[in-house]
Amino acid sequence: MPVTPPLLEVRHLRVEFPTRRGTLLALDDISFDIAPGEILGVVGESGAGKSLTGAAIIGLLEPPGRIAAGEIRLEGQRIDNLPYEQMRRIRGRKIGAIFQDPLTSLNPLYTIGRQLTETIQTHLPVSADEARRRAIQLLQETGIQAAEQRIDQYPHQFSGGMRQRVVIALALAAEPKLIVADEPTTALDVSIQAQIISLLKRLCKEHGAAVMLVTHDMGVIAETCDRVAVMYAGRIAEIGPVHHVINEPRHPYTVGLMGSIPAMDEERERLQQIDGAMPRLTAIPKGCAFNPRCPQVFDRCRSERPDLMPAGATRAACWLHATTESVRQAA
Amino acid sequence: MSAALVEVRDLAKIFDVSAPWLNRVVERKPRQFVHAVDGVSFAIPKGRTLALVGESGCGKSTVARLLVGLYAPTRGQVRFDGVDTADARDRAQERALRRRMQMIFQDPYASLNPRWKVLDIVAEPLREHGLVSGADALKARVGELLQSVGLAAADMEKFPHQFSGGQRQRISIARALATQPEFLVCDEPTSALDVSVQAQVLNIMKDLQRERGLTYLFISHNLAVVRHVSDQVGVMYLGRLVELADKRDLFGHPRHPYTRMLLDAIPDIHMTGRARTPVQGEVPNPLSPPSGCAFHPRCPHANERCSNERPALTEFKGIQVACHAVTEGRL
Repeated sequence: MPVTPPLLEVRHLRVEFPTRRGTLLALDDISFDIAPGEILGVVGESGAGKSLTGAAIIGLLEPPGRIAAGEIRLEGQRIDNLPYEQMRRIRGRKIGAIFQDPLTSLNPLYTIGRQLTETIQTHLPVSADEARRRAIQLLQETGIQAAEQRIDQYPHQFSGGMRQRVVIALALAAEPKLIVADEPTTALDVSIQAQIISLLKRLCKEHGAAVMLVTHDMGVIAETCDRVAVMYAGRIAEIGPVHHVINEPRHPYTVGLMGSIPAMDEERERLQQIDGAMPRLTAIPKGCAFNPRCPQVFDRCRSERPDLMPAGATRAACWLHATTESVRQAA
Repeated sequence: MSAALVEVRDLAKIFDVSAPWLNRVVERKPRQFVHAVDGVSFAIPKGRTLALVGESGCGKSTVARLLVGLYAPTRGQVRFDGVDTADARDRAQERALRRRMQMIFQDPYASLNPRWKVLDIVAEPLREHGLVSGADALKARVGELLQSVGLAAADMEKFPHQFSGGQRQRISIARALATQPEFLVCDEPTSALDVSVQAQVLNIMKDLQRERGLTYLFISHNLAVVRHVSDQVGVMYLGRLVELADKRDLFGHPRHPYTRMLLDAIPDIHMTGRARTPVQGEVPNPLSPPSGCAFHPRCPHANERCSNERPALTEFKGIQVACHAVTEGRL
């Protein structure tokens, strides 16, 4: 039991997309916590629902997507059913967001300074001068040289890596408690990626912000996060401390995922591969969604859907670990 | 060197990116040129893989396009099986040459015509080169090709949108293999794919190389992937090769400071929580590259000579490297 109450609690979150051909279940029974100051990684392949989880938390689900069940609590307060205007106040003030493409998340028509001071003044009771002073300080913290001059420039005058620094400054502007970062380094070159990740990690620590880091890059997760959730077909397949999930994965999908990443420190003639592809939302198999691709599949997997259960040092949604659980419960 | 299937000597491509004539006259702007590729030389022995790595804008894709003849070189030559490709002037000769080299592109969503059936896509090179005559023979050959990349022969009646990203990339590979080429240029073939699918495609490429003795030029920005597929690695920075070495040497004893930086920038999945020291700065604007060694503004070992004199790619302890600090023994 954690001593401090969690900052963010997500319970049985279910997101649906009603379409002409029926309702698609994009997220199904997602539950996790983020503690204050913690960095939770969310990893998975395209279409697993990792970005959608982030969007649901910051209240930016694209219609017709909607939260059909479950709840999201921030500091104990429910935020999933708030009216738009109230959610808008929370977004930015308590939850900051960083998206993949730094060019599209900045307004090309306004100077960096205007966008920063606007955010600061929307959320904090400060004067225009104070807001500008804070904006310059934030830019300096993110490692932008000559911040006093650059604050009056437009986004197109910044390079990709510099823009992402500005976006981070923007996300931190109102001192939020939680940052949702959706693939913050995917659009950047490797050398810049390393700079941005270490910057994000350092700043969030200094400002005491927790981070939900959504990415498909296991390397970034390994280096940055405290805990990691592995998603597959709209559900969490495995969640636990990052070290354990990477080195002793318990869900066969996580095992396959780790094996398919070419490693820098060892040489293999062939990569381990998971045959097939992740099912489309229209055709999620009965039972465990991973069962058609799973090397260790057995009867129960084809009929019954597993929930997260303790598995070693992590929690995995896999029937292979059902026995250990029942043993533990009996004891 | 006689065993080299592909040999590139002092290859260069300069793009004219000047403003339109009227603007140049009115605004008194000079003509502007980008040296996308500047004096690149390498040789790939038959049946081996040379990988080119580097960040966006370093010219690696331009090299790929020069090799297959999609661009005409500004300077230098590409020799294929001992013949200068520029000498293959008449169409018959050129066709014969082009049949022996094929290309796989990065984005499997953009490189397949959405209005064509897979049959037509894969059969196009067969028809173009007149390799198979008769509809039945054509279908049989396409079916064979699809099976060789792990798809079903019946898939030829489908359209590209019915396939996932990984399957589409297999179709691209099947199309590239149609003319039974000896040399394949792969421009970031797995960058658009998820890791588990990337593993499938990389395994297929390795299997095909073993079975058919294919020679690859493999372009990627992912060093872990490069380490997995290549025999030799060339590192490019702003249009030039800065280091060219056997895989083992390059990953075991990187010499050039830029190579070291790239290797250091990769997050390692088994080193959780390891703090890295990211290198500062970004790739300079290729329109106004720095004087001397292009890397010197970011290099921790740069001195005056580095900022004045451009280092040439020279032999150094069995590898080739373009760095004053290395050849002077300062590093």
